[in-house]
Amino acid sequence: MATVTTEGTVGLGLRRVSASKAPDQNIKKSDQLAILVDISSCIGCKACEAACAQWHDLKPPLHTEEKLFTGYQSGPGLAPNLFMYMRFQEVEMDKGLVWAITKYQCMHCADPGCLKACPSPGAIIQYTNGIVDFDHSKCIGCKFCLSGCPFDVPRYDANNKPWKCNFCVDRVSNGLEPMCVKTCPTNALHFGTKEEMLIRANKLLEGLKKRGFDKAAVYDPPGVGGTGYIYLLPHGDKPEIYGLPKEASISPLVSLWKGPVKLIGSIVLWGTLLGAFLQLILFGPIKVGKKEKKEG
Amino acid sequence: MTNGWNDIKNADLVLVMGGNPAENHPCGFKWAIKARQERGAKIICVDPRFNRTAAVSDIFLQIRPGSDLAFMGGLINYVIQNKKYNEEYIKHFTNAPYIVKDTYSFDPATGLFSGYDPEKRKYDQSLWGYELDEKGMAKKDMTLTHPRCVFQLMKEFYSRYTPEVVEKLTGIPKEKFLEVAKLIAETGAPDKSMTHLYALGWTHHSFGVQLIGSMAILQLLLGNIGVPGGGVNALRGHSNVQGMTDLAGEGRFLPGYLKPPKASEQTLKDHIDANTPKAVDLSMNYWSNYGKFYVSLLKAWFGNAATPENEFAYHYLPKIDKVIAMDEILDRMYRGKMEGMVSIGMNILASNPNVKKISEGLAKLKWLVVMDPFETEMANFWKYVQDPSKVQTEVFLLPSAIFAEKEGSYTNSGRVIKWKYKAAEPPGDAKDEFWVAGQLWNRIKSLYQKEGGKFPDPILNLTWNFKNPYYPTAEEVLHEMNGYALADITDEKGNVVVKKGERVPGFAVLKDDGTTACGMWLYSGVFPQSGNRAKSTDLSDPSGLGVYAGYGYSWPANRRILYNRASADPSGKPWSPKKKYIWWNEAEGKWVGHDVPDIKPDLTPDYGPFIMLPEGRGRLFAAQLVDGPFPEHYEPFESPVENILHPKTPHNPVVKVYKSDLDLLGTPDKFPYVATTYRVVEHFHYWTKHIYGTSALVPKMFIELPEELAKELGIKAGDIVRVSTARGSAEGYALPTKRIKPLVINGKKVYTVGIPIHWGNEGVVKGALANMITPFVWDPNSQTPEFKGFLCKVEKVKA
Repeated sequence: MATVTTEGTVGLGLRRVSASKAPDQNIKKSDQLAILVDISSCIGCKACEAACAQWHDLKPPLHTEEKLFTGYQSGPGLAPNLFMYMRFQEVEMDKGLVWAITKYQCMHCADPGCLKACPSPGAIIQYTNGIVDFDHSKCIGCKFCLSGCPFDVPRYDANNKPWKCNFCVDRVSNGLEPMCVKTCPTNALHFGTKEEMLIRANKLLEGLKKRGFDKAAVYDPPGVGGTGYIYLLPHGDKPEIYGLPKEASISPLVSLWKGPVKLIGSIVLWGTLLGAFLQLILFGPIKVGKKEKKEG
Repeated sequence: MTNGWNDIKNADLVLVMGGNPAENHPCGFKWAIKARQERGAKIICVDPRFNRTAAVSDIFLQIRPGSDLAFMGGLINYVIQNKKYNEEYIKHFTNAPYIVKDTYSFDPATGLFSGYDPEKRKYDQSLWGYELDEKGMAKKDMTLTHPRCVFQLMKEFYSRYTPEVVEKLTGIPKEKFLEVAKLIAETGAPDKSMTHLYALGWTHHSFGVQLIGSMAILQLLLGNIGVPGGGVNALRGHSNVQGMTDLAGEGRFLPGYLKPPKASEQTLKDHIDANTPKAVDLSMNYWSNYGKFYVSLLKAWFGNAATPENEFAYHYLPKIDKVIAMDEILDRMYRGKMEGMVSIGMNILASNPNVKKISEGLAKLKWLVVMDPFETEMANFWKYVQDPSKVQTEVFLLPSAIFAEKEGSYTNSGRVIKWKYKAAEPPGDAKDEFWVAGQLWNRIKSLYQKEGGKFPDPILNLTWNFKNPYYPTAEEVLHEMNGYALADITDEKGNVVVKKGERVPGFAVLKDDGTTACGMWLYSGVFPQSGNRAKSTDLSDPSGLGVYAGYGYSWPANRRILYNRASADPSGKPWSPKKKYIWWNEAEGKWVGHDVPDIKPDLTPDYGPFIMLPEGRGRLFAAQLVDGPFPEHYEPFESPVENILHPKTPHNPVVKVYKSDLDLLGTPDKFPYVATTYRVVEHFHYWTKHIYGTSALVPKMFIELPEELAKELGIKAGDIVRVSTARGSAEGYALPTKRIKPLVINGKKVYTVGIPIHWGNEGVVKGALANMITPFVWDPNSQTPEFKGFLCKVEKVKA
């Protein structure tokens, strides 16, 4: 429900750009944005899921044959035409049954594994406000971003372009809250600066502890430098019941890639691109027998 | 709702039983969350399934479908035995001290009240009245010790509902029951209040009205009616179903809960005399104004044709003794006693029990008009008929506008009437109801003008004062509902308070002499001469109690909490500074507070707060209900266990039983599991499956069943299973779940199977109609079908 009032939250300067040198750090510093998901107040109504699809003009998959996800969950999860979904899991805990219902989407890591893994300059960008976004015009479809993501988020369409939550960067940069936050009927979603959200989360955390949730915790995994989505978890000692990794961190392969392998990788990559270019000018474009039907 | 949505935030305890607001009222449920976050309120959910509400509740109790009254009886017993009731409140604000006639009795062995006629399946309710003194006032014993005072009768009646009995009937362990009973009973303290939220989980029973009555008793005992954060709150299912009910959506009523004439009431005087109660205590007895509302309604309908000489055209109204509600309509249709049907905004086939009986009934009609935004199951009912080739019914489809394509008002669960503006034009040939009504009316009228007919007068003389008679506007209709003066209206001193032709400021000025017209007395005041108050959007709330008096208009008289005089003690002082709402200002000699007082402002505090009742007091004993003055536990019509309280009378003894060849009931030997139907938040009835976006959220008809049962039957998640009852079967995808556990009912293991209702043959996604399997059994007070708690079997069809 919050509207952005803090000066500088628009923050569309670039903080990080994939496969590039760090941008000029003299740009205006802006606050990091965050969404707080208060699981203890979330009723799993999927208003956010519907609103997300509507705002981004997506036609989400219709899982009429899917066996495993019969019932409340709309399907097996994220898709190139489904940037967020509600995840439902029944868990028997010491104090009784828990129906863990979690809003799941890109976490907008402060230290984004996708961006670090991306070999294509400028295909993944992080704005100074913390939002991590894709630039499809620069994406080469290598899928490295998926292997770099600790939360298994990006999904590829038929053209091999990855899709994910962009934190409604279009809305946010125009002073509006993200669509999911606007839609939430029970105030389980809060939007503001990371600092404000942490204060709010800790206040709500106190209330939860008073209600007997002594293991309640705020989920803001340090392994990725903290996230743009933070969660208030009633059973904070077991984030995995909400589908969140206990120790979220970037795969060591990405660090490797950033190191010595990068050079080799680059040679291979550019070699491939050169080959493709030569193919194009020498023989023309490869004919695709049957055009793949684009999902959605 | 006695209170309102916003008022839930004032509660210290939120009891959700008979509803699933997180699922079905997600926007309203935010107030429950607010009560917890801001006041530390606890949320307790009692339901057959661990549902979305349970997921965010502090305590969840799993109850066997159809055993809620046993739980309520247990709570009432607990409160009485442990003296947790608010004694002052029940002495002065309820009929607890009233002496009941000695012709009333209840036999615990048979489970019957006095006066039962097994032939007619009816009670003689006159045996259950109060003892009256020579002035016609109810006799009272303010010490509450008289053996026939309501309090003592109630104490004895509910003494059978011990925690052990509750456990045996509901499957809720005694300790869990006592833990919750203690929390609930604590709200009997003057500075605490509990709100109760319910919906179709309580009305969909053959004893639904009694269930709600039992909560009224509990809340009266605890002094939780009329106070902020209290009340018995019906969460209505559609955005405007409250408005529909207010405007006589049920056959039992005319607009504003006035009564249709009976055969025994041939004159207007007969009717008004029969329906104007006489006060039996110090009471405002507001229904004493019945005649004013009735005559004003007749004036609104028949204008100049309604004169004092012709009893305001009372003779135009049909006189019918029988209540013709949905059950009767559907049964008559099946018996071939109906020629045609016009269905507007309703999917009769999908929404009512026993689809087979309804589809065969529809096939017997000569014609059927279905007005709907979509081609519904009802429009294509032939798909459900055994032999479609023989269907001769001519079906007319009228495409209609959806809610966003027309202007008008909504009345929400909290009785707030709010204006809604048109957002878009309806597509193609679709039209709104105003247009259709205008066209139909003019054509029907001209046919009567040309051809005469049996009784043309009521049609020819009906008021139709619209600028464009072929297309009335919503505001013109609201004008008629609000009411207007047909002559200058004066007060006692002779001052003109309303000029002829102007709209009335409220129902208080309505007259029974034909000088006022009012189409809906309860809404009177929503559209005074100064403007349409449903359009007001003032969000100020000076008391901080969520009154929002300037937001829309809440009937009656813009009151947000009903019976709010009861928020003050018998002398008029607030029960507690924490719950201060309406109080008596001694110096000024009037009631003041944060809301519109629900009593005449200068009426002294000795008058009862329940102004609509001749007692002026809330009823712990209600002789008006056809199935007994105290709510008693009866089993659903199909039950897996015997009624341990009285095996000879297992079911509600006055439920109307239908006996056609398709009205079949099952027994536990063939159908061992309990089934219950319900909704999911992603869908709205049978509507949203026509929309891609909502279909994608929950695309498949699924059947929830306990993991243990699934294992027993070799069923895995996603297998196609068939649920069958004596009426028919429905197939869906299995969802084995931990959220429905097997229960132990009086030593017997009982499984509950859950069936969401939203699918059918039409739409983006398709599935079975849940009502293929539900029983054609109805509550005798409200004529609501028993969708919760019937018997089924389950089998695997395909892995």
